[in-house]
Amino acid sequence: MEQKTKVHAEEGRSDLLITREFDLPLDLLFKAYQDPEIVEQWMGTKVLKLENKKHGSWQFQTSDAKGNILFSANGTIHEFVENKRIVRTFEMDNAGFEVQLEFLEFEAVSDDTSRLNMHIVYRSNAHRDEMLKLPFAYGINMAHDQLQKVVSQLK
Amino acid sequence: MNLRRDVFQAIADPTRRAILLLLTSQSMTAGAIAANFDTARPTVSKHLQILIECELIEQEPNGREMHYHLNPQKIKEIAAFIEPFRKLWDDRFNKLEAIMKKHKPK
Repeated sequence: MEQKTKVHAEEGRSDLLITREFDLPLDLLFKAYQDPEIVEQWMGTKVLKLENKKHGSWQFQTSDAKGNILFSANGTIHEFVENKRIVRTFEMDNAGFEVQLEFLEFEAVSDDTSRLNMHIVYRSNAHRDEMLKLPFAYGINMAHDQLQKVVSQLK
Repeated sequence: MNLRRDVFQAIADPTRRAILLLLTSQSMTAGAIAANFDTARPTVSKHLQILIECELIEQEPNGREMHYHLNPQKIKEIAAFIEPFRKLWDDRFNKLEAIMKKHKPK
């Protein structure tokens, strides 16, 4: 089966392209990016601020049950054209990564399907590759933690 | 009993991942690699041994010194580096799709 989400990251470049086709009409896809309550559901993070307009800004934050902040990110919105385009910056707080520039383009494929092209530009090729490795490293660590948990229960 | 060595076991360790990252830009001697870590030199040697057994790195004599470099062929096997990143977005988008399919306009 063909993958619905594709990541195209050419070697040596400092940008990457994420494309995805949705079984959703264009306006519903865009709404998932526009409505803070919906963003919270699929991004799995709290939306502290989401000003959908030029010169607006946004702020997401995830905390655990004890209130410790696990993830915090922010950025500014440079362009917001409904059902068409969002240009924004994205920066994680206190994570040691630099800001990235994101071009989100929304288009209708048919009445019931739509496509999102997400073009992300990083400061350098090295910065991009570090970000690419993040979920990889995280996945490995998770597997490691899981293993340790199982092993410690055996003792 | 001999422990089975595979690439994923090799990269499950943070020190070994750090060694691989060090070697992405150049080949290095064991001493130069060990200089990047607080751990004892024999510990680093052991990590290098595991990486060699998994064929992720290769050693090559250079004069009297032994140099270590990445094995690009084997690295490709885990250059599925990109897959967890893709999976992360795929999961998010699947969730978005499922939520919006049930979404009723207010």
